[in-house]
Amino acid sequence: MSNTDVSKLAPAAAKQKINIAGLLIEGRAFAALLVIIVFFSLMSPNYLTVSNLLIMSSHVAIYGILAIGMLLVILTGGIDLSVGSVLGLAGIVAGFLMQGVTFNSMGIILYPPVWAVVVMTLAFGAFLGSITGVLVAYMRVPAFVATLGILYVARGIALLITNGLTYNNLGGNDTYGNTGFDWLGFNRLFGIPVSVVVLAILAAVFGIMLARSAFGRWIYATGGNQRAAELSGVPVPFVHVCVYALSGMLASVAGLVLSSQLTSAGPTAGFTYEMIAIAAVVIGGASLNGGRGNVRGTMLGAFVIGFLSDGLVIIGVSAYWQTVFTGAVIVLAVLLNSLQYGGKRF
Amino acid sequence: MDTSVFPAPEAGAAEVVLSARNVAKVFGSIQALKGVNFDVHRGQVTTLFGENGAGKSTLMKILSGVYKPTSGEIILDGETIEFGSSTEARDHGISIIHQELSLAPNMTVRDNIFMGREIRTPYGVDFAEEERQCRLLLSELEENIDPRIKVEDLRLGQQQIVEIARALSVNSRILIMDEPTSALSASEVEVLFKVIGDLKSRGVSIVYISHHLEEALQITDHAVVLRDGNMTAYAPRADIDLEWIVRNMVGEHFNLGSPPTDYTFGDVVLEVEGVTVCDSTGNQRLVDELSLSVRGGEIVCIYGLMGAGRTELLECLAGRLTAETGKVRLYGREITRASIADRIAAGLVLVPEDRQRDGLVQTMTIGQNLSLANLRRLVRGLFTSRRLERDHISNAIRRTTIKAGSPDHLIGSLSGGNQQKVVIGKMWSTNPKALLLDEPSRGIDIGAKAEVFRLLAEGAREGLAVLYTTSEVGECLSVAHRIIVMHKGKISAEFGSDVTKARIMAASGEAVVH
Repeated sequence: MSNTDVSKLAPAAAKQKINIAGLLIEGRAFAALLVIIVFFSLMSPNYLTVSNLLIMSSHVAIYGILAIGMLLVILTGGIDLSVGSVLGLAGIVAGFLMQGVTFNSMGIILYPPVWAVVVMTLAFGAFLGSITGVLVAYMRVPAFVATLGILYVARGIALLITNGLTYNNLGGNDTYGNTGFDWLGFNRLFGIPVSVVVLAILAAVFGIMLARSAFGRWIYATGGNQRAAELSGVPVPFVHVCVYALSGMLASVAGLVLSSQLTSAGPTAGFTYEMIAIAAVVIGGASLNGGRGNVRGTMLGAFVIGFLSDGLVIIGVSAYWQTVFTGAVIVLAVLLNSLQYGGKRF
Repeated sequence: MDTSVFPAPEAGAAEVVLSARNVAKVFGSIQALKGVNFDVHRGQVTTLFGENGAGKSTLMKILSGVYKPTSGEIILDGETIEFGSSTEARDHGISIIHQELSLAPNMTVRDNIFMGREIRTPYGVDFAEEERQCRLLLSELEENIDPRIKVEDLRLGQQQIVEIARALSVNSRILIMDEPTSALSASEVEVLFKVIGDLKSRGVSIVYISHHLEEALQITDHAVVLRDGNMTAYAPRADIDLEWIVRNMVGEHFNLGSPPTDYTFGDVVLEVEGVTVCDSTGNQRLVDELSLSVRGGEIVCIYGLMGAGRTELLECLAGRLTAETGKVRLYGREITRASIADRIAAGLVLVPEDRQRDGLVQTMTIGQNLSLANLRRLVRGLFTSRRLERDHISNAIRRTTIKAGSPDHLIGSLSGGNQQKVVIGKMWSTNPKALLLDEPSRGIDIGAKAEVFRLLAEGAREGLAVLYTTSEVGECLSVAHRIIVMHKGKISAEFGSDVTKARIMAASGEAVVH
């Protein structure tokens, strides 16, 4: 009885030969990250500098935050294609609120303070996600279809609100008392970009939640065998609604961080980011069938993708080739996953 | 290998068409077959007896080309042969009807029967000819099934018939049937046996596997018994009886226990009143206004054939299926509309029939599976307490005598019997008042079976109300105080523990053979 190691509680690592084989397989994303860093450091002297690493990390933060939400959903055996659109719409909602809400009947314009904007945007993301969750859990709509629908709806609403234009000035105005929105994207805590700090905190919170809480175990059980989980008293529909709501909320966090980094919010922000999030989760060793995966792997996956694409930019590879390389990495990751899970279907 | 049981060529015995010589098969560290000799005689039925895990299915898969033997050889018509695949074996006239149906439910009967060997013409598939042949085959099987109907719209028994028709359609010389009757009704079994008779007269050799010993004895010409990967006995039909088979299968006289007696029953724990469960279309009543009650300390067994509604009844009691009518009470408190989680909290739990599909989370460890139903009680603050969980797991392992290297191993590393004990242990550790078990002995060997029944007896002695189902008569007469026979969703008879097998079988609508 040695349940003291967290890695043993995480099903992904719980192969029989936990110590050697498990570590080697689990370490593949880490190895890939090292290879990427070494390769680009040799190619460009600017790659391995503190300032560049911090810049790249703040890019990774967006993917990483999305990927945590995606991981929760994928662990239950679902998929969330809507995160990119929800990210974009969250930025628009924040931008809309920052511009001031006009109440025609009363003839006033209300400028909510930044904290209220953040809270409302997160609540909005969670609400969108819980719609998906209800569709999946109670209406039996396949996750792929439900989230595809939300993908289009959210993107459409974003375009409707803005009429296709971009909210520029998210800096706020001192006279209205709503300044500070750019804090998320620009400021640093102890030299580290706030967005990276946010990612680290979220990763820690959700990592511990998955490994240690009953809710985390319910997520793994739901993805591992929904029928068995149900008969063991796991509230499976509740788990589904929660993971999609959390995914929507995390997409909103990413949307806030992105629009704060840009101090603008465009309706097309986050386009195809859902694919990057899925790729990060898969590279991190999670099974698309559900039940296997963890936050640590997903974080490595996000860094692999982020550091790879930024590295390619730095050494001047064309954007077209970047796409090809990213795709190749994803296919390779899935290949390795199917080796790990021994011929089980993906 | 004990060569003394090796069948000696007898005068007058039918010619041997297919034989296995010293066949062994190793899967990883498990030796599934340890050098087996096995003969198939032309135009005769050879039945393979053995417990689960004795190696029957492995041997059949080797004979039909699904697996390659690790050592030993397969001799077909006097020549050593090696099959690269099951298709190759089929080309040699060997086909197999698997225990699990291998039909595509979304396709028609015709398409299933001709799957992979469609009758092709330059203009596409000749559906009319396929259909004609299908009708011919199905009429031989005395089954009035339209070849254009989708397999998913057929009853399970009819699907089994389609599977059999498919095997017959390739004009096999050797037909391997792995548990072909498990889903068939008594009359369908009769038809099948008639077909087997016809096939024999046409010179087709049949290898038959069944857990239904009485049934197999009806049709077999030779009996071969496997135990732990060894062939332990061989004899022609004339020399054997039921007792001989059981003795050789089990190795010793085995007793599944007797009802625990030295205490009095408590109050009524579980009360079912007029419960009806309908199928997904809502037309057919799977459980038909059924009532029963179980007292604390009492063990009740529900016997019935497949399709009698046993599983549906238990799933309804556990909250998976909704009752159309009727009431379910636990200690007098109505729980008819309660959720599964609420029922578990109230003390009513189900150990499901199919442990792979409904009982276990394969991606989790033994320990995580054991604590899954009890996580709520292990939470301290925000997290599950590791200490409490560890204690909980080791208690469950000790109580249900699970043999596991470490609770951190994946659940799949356990044998079937131990996996079943994990499912039982998981539900038992929620401190239930009433324990429902759907076919708790399915797919586990007789030793594990005896242990499972011993656990039930132990639980009952502690005041637990136990309700289990079985489709093996022998298991009714083990620890149960009371035996309820179900037939077509209703209780057709109720017996005490002193009943005979024949009476139980008669009440279940099963043909009694003497």
